[in-house]
Amino acid sequence: MNRKQKKMLVRIVISAVLLVLVNLLPLPFWLRCAVYAAAYFCVGWDILRKAALGIKNRQVFDENFLMAVATLGAIALAVKEGSGDFNEAVAVMLFYQIGELFQSVAVGKSRRSIAALMDIRPDSANLEVDGKLEEVDPDEVPVGSVIVVNPGERVPIDGVVLEGASSLNTAALTGESAPRDVGAGDEIISGCINMSGVLRIRTTKEFGESTVSRILELVENASSNKSRSENFISRFARVYTPAVCFGALALALLPPLVRLMMGLDPLFGDWAYRALTFLVISCPCALVISIPLSFFAGIGGASREGILIKGSNYLETLSKVKTVVFDKTGTITKGVFEVSGVHHSDRDEAEIIEYAAHAECASSHPISRSLVRRYGKEPDRARVKDIEEISGHGVTATVDGVSVAAGNDKLMQRLGVEYIPCGSAGTVIHVALDGQYAGHILISDLEKEDIREALAALREAGVTRTVMLTGDAESAAKQVAERVGIDEYHSGLLPGDKVTIVEKLLKELGGSGRLAFVGDGINDAPVLSRADIGIAMGALGSDAAIEAADVVLMDDDPMKISRAIKISRKCLRIVYQNIIFALAVKLVCLLLGALGLAGMWAAIFADVGVMVLAVLNAMRALDTKRV
Amino acid sequence: MKKSYKIEVDCANCANLMEQAAKKTPGVKDAAVSFMALKMTVEFEDGAEPAKVMKDVLKACRKVEPDCEIFM
Repeated sequence: MNRKQKKMLVRIVISAVLLVLVNLLPLPFWLRCAVYAAAYFCVGWDILRKAALGIKNRQVFDENFLMAVATLGAIALAVKEGSGDFNEAVAVMLFYQIGELFQSVAVGKSRRSIAALMDIRPDSANLEVDGKLEEVDPDEVPVGSVIVVNPGERVPIDGVVLEGASSLNTAALTGESAPRDVGAGDEIISGCINMSGVLRIRTTKEFGESTVSRILELVENASSNKSRSENFISRFARVYTPAVCFGALALALLPPLVRLMMGLDPLFGDWAYRALTFLVISCPCALVISIPLSFFAGIGGASREGILIKGSNYLETLSKVKTVVFDKTGTITKGVFEVSGVHHSDRDEAEIIEYAAHAECASSHPISRSLVRRYGKEPDRARVKDIEEISGHGVTATVDGVSVAAGNDKLMQRLGVEYIPCGSAGTVIHVALDGQYAGHILISDLEKEDIREALAALREAGVTRTVMLTGDAESAAKQVAERVGIDEYHSGLLPGDKVTIVEKLLKELGGSGRLAFVGDGINDAPVLSRADIGIAMGALGSDAAIEAADVVLMDDDPMKISRAIKISRKCLRIVYQNIIFALAVKLVCLLLGALGLAGMWAAIFADVGVMVLAVLNAMRALDTKRV
Repeated sequence: MKKSYKIEVDCANCANLMEQAAKKTPGVKDAAVSFMALKMTVEFEDGAEPAKVMKDVLKACRKVEPDCEIFM
C-alpha cells in the first residue's frame, strides 16, 4: 500500500469506529448527529470536494457526484423523517470508499506482478575503457564498444562474444528453461542471464535497438491497442451512467405523480429513496476496471511463456482463430537445410556444389546457406559475375566464365534445358552449366520433432483447418503433409502466391472465425500482415519478424501456437464472464431497487462486491499454467 | 509524431474520461490512455508543439478528474 492508500485506510477505520460507537452508546440526540457528521465527512470529504469541482467543470455524471447526491439525499430523507438515524448515508459512503481502496490496492498489486514478469531491463553495463571497467548506464554504450558480463548478470546489449564461454539462461525471453551455450564468435542477445563464465562482448547495437528494449517497448505499448471488448465497455460506460441517472430522476417523479392523479398518497419519500438507490448502482466501475485488467494480465502471462502479443485486439482475434496457415520452412520444419545428395551427374559432386554455392552466394535464403555449409568455405565473390535472381525459380550467374543456372524445375523449363525430375522428398536444385544439364542437388529440411503433437494440440484448442504453404514440389509437399498430419497443403508456390491463397482462405472462412498465418518472419511480411493475425516464430534476434508480426513467439517451439490460442481463449472467457456477471448483477439490483425490494445497503454491497469479484476473476488471466 | 507519457490516475473510468478529453484537445490527432500501464500515448497533429498541446491536455484532463497527473 502506498501513502495515499494508507491514509484512506486510516480514514475508513476512524469512520467505521465512530459508526459502531454511535450505535452502541446511548448518546443525546445532538451528540449523535455530531458523531454521524464526523464519520460522514471523515470518510467522504474528498468525494464531496470532487463532486463540487465536477459541477464547476460541468462533469455532473461522474461517480463522485452520484455518490454525493445519493448520500446527501439519504441524509435529507432522514432529517425529514426526524429519525436521527443516519447509518445508511454513512455506511454507503464507507463501503464505497472501501471498494475504491480495494480496487486501488488490487490494481497496484497486479500492475507490480505483471511488471515483475517483464523485469528484464538491465540496470547497468560494464564498459571497457582503456583496459579498465566502468559501470555505466546501458544507454550510454556506443555501438562497437566492448562490455564485460559477469556470471549472474544480465546481458545488457546485443553483441558478439569476443572471449569466454558460458551458458545463458534465456527463460525471461523465451520461457525455455534449458540453458543455451555460447562461445567466442557467437551472437548474443540482451536480456539473457549469464550463468557460468565471464564474457567479453563487442556490442552490435545501441541499447535502444537491442532485443531487450524492443521487447519491453512492445509489451508496454500492447495496452494501447485496445480490443473491441474494451472499446465496447468504454462506450457502454459513457451511456450507462447518464441512463441510470435519468432513470433515477424518472423513478423519483413519475410514480408519485401517477399516484397523485389516481388520488392515492404520492409517497414522495419512498420513491425518492428508491431513486437514490439507483444512483448508488450507477457506477460502471466493475466493468471498466476488470476488462482492461483481464487483457493486461493475459498479455503479461503470455509474455512469461515467451509469447509476445502486441495488443489486446490481437489477443481477442487470436481467441477466434479457426484456420491456421503455416509457411512450411521454419515452422513445420526446422528451417535447417542439409545437402543430402547429388544425383544424375557425370561430374564430381564437389564441383557441382562449388558452382551452385557460388551462383547462390548473394542470397541469404536457407538453401544457399546449406550449399555454403556443404562447400565448406565462404564462396569467393570475385569469381562470380552477372548474378540474376529469378523469384520463385532460382538464380543464374557466371562463375569462372561458365554460365551457371541453379534452380527448380521451372527454371529449367524457362531456360529450355532437359532435366531429370527427382523422386525423393526435399528441395531439388537443378544445375545447368553452359546450358547443359549437370544433375541436381537434393536438399532436405527436417521436420520438427513435436510438430505432430503441436497440430493435434491446435485441433484440441478449437482450430478446424490447418494448411501448409510451400514452394516445394508437389511430391515433397505431399510427403511432409502426410507425415505431420496437416489437413491441406499448397505446393509449388511463388512468394506472391502465398498472399493470394491466404486471401482465398480468408474468403472461405465465414462467420466469426479468424485466420492466423504462422511464418518464420523471413520474407513473409506481406502475408503476415494480410492474415487476420500474423504469428512469427523463432523470432529471438530477428528484428524484421518482431516488426511485421502481431504475435511473436520467441523460440521456435510449435507447441507455443496452441498455447497462445488457449491463453487467449481463457482470457476472453474471463472477459465475457465479467461483462455478463457485472451487468446481470447491476440489472437485478436496479430492478429490485425500483420495486423497493433492495435498499441502499444492498445496492452498495452489490456494487462493491461485483467489482471485487470481477477484479479477482480478472487476475486469473495471469495464470497461464492452467488454460 | 507520437509520444507517451506516464500518468497518475486512481480510477479506470476516469482514465477513459481522460482519454476522451485528450482526444478532443486541439493539436491532438489521437490519444490512448492505458489505465493498467498508467500511460498516455498521444499522437500529435503535424506542426503541433507537443509541450504546448500537452499543457492543454493536462488542463482538459484536470477538468474531468481533478486528481490526475501527467508527467512531462
